[in-house]
Amino acid sequence: MKELLVISGKGGTGKTTIVGAFAGLAKDSFPCETTVLADCDVDAADLHLILKPSVRRTNEFFGLKKATIDPAKCDNCGECAKVCRFDAIAMHEESIKIEPVSCEGCAVCFHICPSQAINMKDVIAGHWFVSDTIYGPLVHAKLGVAEENSGKLVMEVRREARRIAETRGSRLIICDGPPGVGCPVISSMSGVDLALIVTEPTIAGVHDMERLYTLANGFDVEVVVCINKYDLDYKISRDIREFCRTHDIDMVGRIPFDEEVVKALVKGEPIISPDLTSGKSESPAANATRQLWAEILNRLSL
Amino acid sequence: MIISIASGKGGTGKTTVAVNLALTLMETESVYLLDCDVEEPNAHLFLRPRLEGSAKVTVPVPIVDEEQCNECGRCGETCAFNAILPLGKHVLTFHELCHGCGGCALLCPTGAIREEPLEIGVVEWGHAGSISHIHGRLKIGSPLAPPVVRAVKKHAQNRSLGAVSIIDAPPGTSCPVVASVSGSDFCLLVTEPTPFGLHDLTLAVDMVRELGVNFGVVINRAGLGNGGLVDYCRAENIPILARIPFDRKYAKCYAKGGRLIEEFPEIRKILQDLWHAVCVSAERV
Ligand code: SF4
Ligand code: SF4
Repeated sequence: MKELLVISGKGGTGKTTIVGAFAGLAKDSFPCETTVLADCDVDAADLHLILKPSVRRTNEFFGLKKATIDPAKCDNCGECAKVCRFDAIAMHEESIKIEPVSCEGCAVCFHICPSQAINMKDVIAGHWFVSDTIYGPLVHAKLGVAEENSGKLVMEVRREARRIAETRGSRLIICDGPPGVGCPVISSMSGVDLALIVTEPTIAGVHDMERLYTLANGFDVEVVVCINKYDLDYKISRDIREFCRTHDIDMVGRIPFDEEVVKALVKGEPIISPDLTSGKSESPAANATRQLWAEILNRLSL
Repeated sequence: MIISIASGKGGTGKTTVAVNLALTLMETESVYLLDCDVEEPNAHLFLRPRLEGSAKVTVPVPIVDEEQCNECGRCGETCAFNAILPLGKHVLTFHELCHGCGGCALLCPTGAIREEPLEIGVVEWGHAGSISHIHGRLKIGSPLAPPVVRAVKKHAQNRSLGAVSIIDAPPGTSCPVVASVSGSDFCLLVTEPTPFGLHDLTLAVDMVRELGVNFGVVINRAGLGNGGLVDYCRAENIPILARIPFDRKYAKCYAKGGRLIEEFPEIRKILQDLWHAVCVSAERV
């Protein structure tokens, strides 16, 4: 079983559009097997808008516990406020209050309180879902607003995707990655077989791709790059190619800017429609994505 | 006045709005631009500031003196992040998981644990024309963005009194975004008229409402798609404060790191109007 991760660093490069297209292409390539899809962008999951899943199972996600004060036991000594390094505890109108948004759940206050007035409570920090789509099962999640520990939720999504892939004897899991280079990205990257970075020829796209590459390198994950909307700026596209050459990264695809993609985006549809069998006439971007897909399968020896 | 610029989804034009708004306002106001998207800071690519200083952002992590350890195991029971694991007299520490809460050092009965700063990022500052620019950069491989965000805001805090501070927040709605947006006087949510833009806007709206920050919407790439976005804003009683049209020439300018307001006067006008609308909305509350 192989795991492919698609990431981009900055948003808006077309990562989810490409994953959406891959879902259809995977069904084409492995008609008799299940390809498992996983949306690891647990903060702003979007893949479901293209794949239109029906949710089969909803699971609660517990993040870190949070501190609460039992006013009956608290004698307002203020010891907890002294030890909290996250400024979550303060005196309000003569009584101690904990601000839940600031609490990191470290429990130092719980351990230090001389009156045992602090409890650490489980909080539902989000949900994860197992859904059916016409392309195969999708595991996705939604982190609660203002919650942390997205890394742990990403792990949960990946674990479930793997479990499904194992029971169904799948060959491939396709993960739509989160933005950035912080904790959710780190959690989605460890142990994948291939990371496809989708970049765009803008100076911000290049900057973010470089940071992402450094991160992937630290994890010893094989990286390949694809430039989306490469004809937006030929010079920057050449710079990306040059960066890839000097860092020994393979450039596996170039997708042109295409009005059809914009139209599909506005409608929330995949750029490669599910009932289109290969060979029919398609938009330039869809064609390029098909080539990219073939190259990816090659890399994964599938 | 502190205005944060956020969006549920990445790539909607947050940085474009932040940078160009700063450039528009610099003629009349003292302007601070804080780039709190510390995982992928990009505003400096457009501002090209002269950097004048920097400071490391650190988290205090435990160092264990195994000579003094009496194998009680308290540190391992204390740590909520599994960042310290006592195995007899060998105490393993996982600094990348440590949030620097200080619990293990505080509660170790023999005083065997001291803390040392671990670098997780950097704050840099400088000027681009009259704009004061501050940004944070998370060290690659470090997972903890919020302390770097807080360090950026802290650096600006006392210096920017009386100025207009524009905060470019990271995408999403989770902890680094909350760290960026909380404490703002007003939040602009930048979105685009696609189902993705609308979906992620609804998440961002939940977040700013939860934080109790007054907010309005900027539609980027207006004219691209459907009216669902406008209907949503109307139904939720959210003001649409500006519309930046969809045009490939803007995208080209952005690609090169160009400044829209310098090449396209119509954008300057849109942003001036936006600023007035923000001032009016912020006054109202
Ligand atoms: S659990 Fe930690 S972060 Fe939360 S209030 Fe207590 S000391 Fe502060
Ligand atoms: S400082 Fe806090 S988070 Fe770090 S190892 Fe000690 S108990 Fe764990």
